[in-house]
Amino acid sequence: MSTLQISQVSRWFANVVAVNDVTMTIGPGVTGLLGPNGAGKSTLIHMMGGLLGPSTGSVTLDGDVIWRNEQIYRRIGLVPEREAMYDVVTGWEFVLANARLHRLPDPEGAAERALETVEMTGTQDRGIAGYSKGMKQRIKMATALVHDPPVLLLDEPFNGMDPRQRLQLMELLREMGRQGRTVLFSSHILEEVEQVASNIQVMVAGRHAASGDFREIRRLMTERPHQYTIRSDDDRALAAAIMTEGSVSGVQLTSTGRGIGTHDGGGALHVQATDFAAFVRTLPPLARRHGIRLYEVAPADESLESVFSYLVSR
Amino acid sequence: MNGTVARLTARGLLGRRRALLLLLLPAVLLSLSAMARGLAGADQQLAVTLLGGFALGTLVPLLGLIAGTGAIGPEIDDGSIVYLLTKPLNRHAIVVTKFAVAAAVVTVLGALPTFAAGLVLTGTSANLAVGYAVGTAVAGVAYCALFLLLAVVTRNAVVIGLLYALVWETLIGQFVPGAQALSIQQWSLAVTERIVGAPAEQLGATSAVGLATAVVLLVVVTAGATWYAGRQLRTIRLTSEV
Repeated sequence: MSTLQISQVSRWFANVVAVNDVTMTIGPGVTGLLGPNGAGKSTLIHMMGGLLGPSTGSVTLDGDVIWRNEQIYRRIGLVPEREAMYDVVTGWEFVLANARLHRLPDPEGAAERALETVEMTGTQDRGIAGYSKGMKQRIKMATALVHDPPVLLLDEPFNGMDPRQRLQLMELLREMGRQGRTVLFSSHILEEVEQVASNIQVMVAGRHAASGDFREIRRLMTERPHQYTIRSDDDRALAAAIMTEGSVSGVQLTSTGRGIGTHDGGGALHVQATDFAAFVRTLPPLARRHGIRLYEVAPADESLESVFSYLVSR
Repeated sequence: MNGTVARLTARGLLGRRRALLLLLLPAVLLSLSAMARGLAGADQQLAVTLLGGFALGTLVPLLGLIAGTGAIGPEIDDGSIVYLLTKPLNRHAIVVTKFAVAAAVVTVLGALPTFAAGLVLTGTSANLAVGYAVGTAVAGVAYCALFLLLAVVTRNAVVIGLLYALVWETLIGQFVPGAQALSIQQWSLAVTERIVGAPAEQLGATSAVGLATAVVLLVVVTAGATWYAGRQLRTIRLTSEV
């Protein structure tokens, strides 16, 4: 049972702050590190994996500093995001080389077990250069597991995998978690994270935005205010009607100058709904009651970034 | 030293078609020497021109550049060095191993062919074969250490290495006497000069630096560069998305 402790860690590159005053504890079980691209997930994983030093703060594993501590790798397995390996060798040779680099007492046995775990024994004698993306991912996984580490760090492991490989890897990660290992993986896809991780840490723009179990995060994300853009044949009348609804906190009219209330000019109504389920239910009957024709109802901010930025500004 | 690191390095360095490219340079040296011997007979002056100008002046710096940067540069560029870095291995042991593999490659493909070319050109007369073989061997070792360090500290190691070997040592070194004091080629030539002995002066195989200075500088550069590369590898930053 191992615990990673990140205490008030910041990391900047020249004048760009990649990780900003993050404190989190990662214990046994599977933890998902969720955040949009550029949120600092990789930087954080690199610091947990000892490949980067924190500019300030400390990253420790069971009390031992990770940065510049080569012996820490007896307890950490890292699956990097980049695909490059020593592809002049076969899968077997590469995993075996990793076992030997760890100076394991029985490198052949360890390599065999690791390849069995990732189900690559059938193709282990082919050159790595000829592997598919999913096979490479599994070989990378085998190199990280070869010394049976209590801590496993994976940087965007699901990237580029097909659905079947994704399910296999998810099951493997769950199994690692059940065995009591501390497993941490990064992803920018909430569905991916909530299917595997019992615990979620959310990073946005270098900051630690939220943490907890996935139900909590899911609730935060669905209960946030939702923005809609609506076009109709009488935006102004619709705006007035909408404001009488309890599920709405704000309405804004925009026009391109060709006349509000006409359908020709691309004018639109921007609605902020506090309870999106209720709003979506009441909008159509409301429009019908006032004799307004709806042309378009579109959620304005469903991108992951806006979900995350809401979590940060909360 | 680490056997597994050595094997991975050697396979990366000699794998695929790179070994053939590396063989090309000594093949050129040997065929030039055979042609020279066939056309001009055993000519010591010609031997010094070929061994000094081509073997020591071009072949070994280029081999040192290819092997020294190639032993570690590609792994740093594509990120696969992470598999060595995430192991309980001493960083100095990684660098020393890679340096040893590169130095062995340059010795086998640079110094040995130089010795053979010397024998072809002049037999064993005036110690030219042995002199240039030892000279190119120590030069190769020093170039490997220097260029391996370059590959650790900069992504532009090959360009900087080429500028150093071709522009600084060959071009500027020819016209600016002071520049010769800072030249692996000149330091190695001092070793060659000593082994060749008295005929060296007459043949023009003389170095701009004294033997003692040369040996000290060769040792300092080789050991210093290797040590510093190990130190830099400890804190190396791999490019990745932030």
